[in-house]
Amino acid sequence: MIHETSLMAICIFLFFAATVLGISFYLGRRARSVRGYFAAGGAIPWAVNGIAFAGDYLSAASFLGICGMIAFFGYDGFLYSIGYLAGWIVALFIIAEPIKRLGRYTFADALDNKFNSRGIKLSAAISTLVVSCFYLIPQMVGAGALARPLLGFPHTLGVLVVGCIVTIIVITAGMVSTTWVQFIKGSLLVVLCALLTVLILARGVTTRPTDSTGRPRTLAARNVSLDHLPGTALPEEGPWSGKPYVRVKDANGIVTIWRKDADGTFSETQAVAVRPDGRKFVNGLPHGRKPGEADLHPVGYVSKLPGGVEKTGALGPFAFLRTMQESEVILWRSDKITEADGSTTTVYYQNPTPGKDFMAPGSSPTFHKVRGTTFFDKLDFLSLMLALFCGTASLPHILIRYYTIKDQLSARRSTVVGIAAIGFFYVLTLFLGLGAMTSGSLDVTDSNMSAPLLARSINEFMFAVLSAVAFTTILGTVSGLIMAASGAVAHDLMTNLLEMKMDESRQVRAAKIASLCVGIVAIALGILFARMNVNFLVGWAFNIAASANLPALVMLLFWKRTTKQGITAAIIVGMLASLAWILLSAQAYRDVYDLDPAKAVVPFSQPAIVTVPLGFLVLVAVSLLTQRPQSADH
Amino acid sequence: METLDVKTTVEKERQEEAVVAHNTRLGVVLFLVYVVFYGGFVALSAFAPERMSEPFLGGVNLAVVYGFSLILVALALALIYMKACRKSST
Repeated sequence: MIHETSLMAICIFLFFAATVLGISFYLGRRARSVRGYFAAGGAIPWAVNGIAFAGDYLSAASFLGICGMIAFFGYDGFLYSIGYLAGWIVALFIIAEPIKRLGRYTFADALDNKFNSRGIKLSAAISTLVVSCFYLIPQMVGAGALARPLLGFPHTLGVLVVGCIVTIIVITAGMVSTTWVQFIKGSLLVVLCALLTVLILARGVTTRPTDSTGRPRTLAARNVSLDHLPGTALPEEGPWSGKPYVRVKDANGIVTIWRKDADGTFSETQAVAVRPDGRKFVNGLPHGRKPGEADLHPVGYVSKLPGGVEKTGALGPFAFLRTMQESEVILWRSDKITEADGSTTTVYYQNPTPGKDFMAPGSSPTFHKVRGTTFFDKLDFLSLMLALFCGTASLPHILIRYYTIKDQLSARRSTVVGIAAIGFFYVLTLFLGLGAMTSGSLDVTDSNMSAPLLARSINEFMFAVLSAVAFTTILGTVSGLIMAASGAVAHDLMTNLLEMKMDESRQVRAAKIASLCVGIVAIALGILFARMNVNFLVGWAFNIAASANLPALVMLLFWKRTTKQGITAAIIVGMLASLAWILLSAQAYRDVYDLDPAKAVVPFSQPAIVTVPLGFLVLVAVSLLTQRPQSADH
Repeated sequence: METLDVKTTVEKERQEEAVVAHNTRLGVVLFLVYVVFYGGFVALSAFAPERMSEPFLGGVNLAVVYGFSLILVALALALIYMKACRKSST
């Protein structure tokens, strides 16, 4: 779908960008010491730090990905919200106090506090870099992918703008400016989503959606009999034979595709054909907005409301959810057909789905196996829920935020503020997603655009603000990731592992150079991975963080016989095992190598259920083998 | 090995062992409470998905009610933890 650029969105984004850059330069003088740079001098107020937690954590994947998944498939997207939030419980109850008590600037500091071991420093720094990179790639690629529909910039320019702004933010004042950027972003995001939710509830649900100017949306035809198809049916041949579609040629020779439904009638589809020479056709016409061209039309509306009414009027939150449960919504699914000459046709077809189905787990392709009959079918779901639960508290860019505050009381208070803000936001994602699902404005090809298009269905101003905030969202998370990665390079590797003798100002300079390098790498990754579907990398980052870091953190705190060799081995084995599992999974076969997912080596895609226990096992085994005599004193 | 530690010294909060032990124990207990609650949700979703789609409270199904409860209970436990944690007297 071609999206109209909003000049207002660009202006609002530039205003946000100028504000955060202004703040960064203003705060620059506060980051002259090492502690100032890496930990904001430990002087961030707890309430600000709490909201900054939300700004750090609510990435583009959380915001756009979850809303999109709910809009396209229903409740399954909300499972991520629940898992992401539940992970904070591990962070607060198990990790927050000790990480604050044991560490100085980085996650490696806390692990290494008792041992002063080069192995721990090196392995923790590498795991920080790996997790941060896996997290960074989707953020940067997301920046590029969103740049065109939201702000009208090409992909590369989007990546460059985000990369440069973030690098400047991090270099000028390190953790001080990063914190304030995340605070601004976290507040903006939560307030804006709350406002959008109020507008969705006030609008209610209708079977006749309109755009923001009140013009009715074109609804795709359904229940059409064979005689009423707009032309003559072409014979089923080649890849089309045996498929539930009929190709219909009209009087002008334009071919459209209709889907045969179970009741013998036909429903209209939308088809995107890409010829071997790269030319793109939509519904039989060249892709475009000019006369003689066609573009995909927006989709997603309620086809049946309870009581057979046409619109509900304003609804309360519970009445909205109840209405959705008792309605039927036209969701869209897709099918890909490849012709002998190599051209491909993606057919998007209507799939009327009752609320009872999409308002419960298992309605999306990601989780449909949860409704399977065997235990084995359910392992992928169980494993992902475990990874989300254990991953949050092991993400280095989240952990370093505990060093920016004064004491443990502040650590607890700021985590509670973070949980409140993040929990509130995740409750809103269900309303935003369902609101988008029924807004009549979705792009069938891009679920990530669901939230911005929902805003556009309300009015252009909301779209502009939401687009600008979505882009600012990326700034907040990326700055946290660059801080974590540069801390691993400058503090863990250069200062602690290689023992480079540097005075305070040189250490800060080294940290800034490291930040600049990480920023350049982030820009390169964003451009390099542009054509890849990278959203699943966030899930992978959680899996790797949970497998590599959590066993080490937990056992260090709760098992006195833990040795430095045990910690090092657990981090390395957890990281490599989860990485290897992921690279051999069906998801990687399909999304990375473009191979048949059925040929994948490992039985399910999410490794945590195997690799987290493996990390614990390795740590215990290696620790028992490497006990030193004095350890027995404990 | 100690002499090789070139980390910058940072003034750390002084912690009484009894306080640390109390807070750790409290954290673990509340964590286990939440694990049971979260585990129940995951188990129901995985092994009784049809139960999740039944109306549960005010016509809203169990999946949504349980999901919202997980978020609210997380906040409630966090507040309890914050109130019940001890602070070192030093």
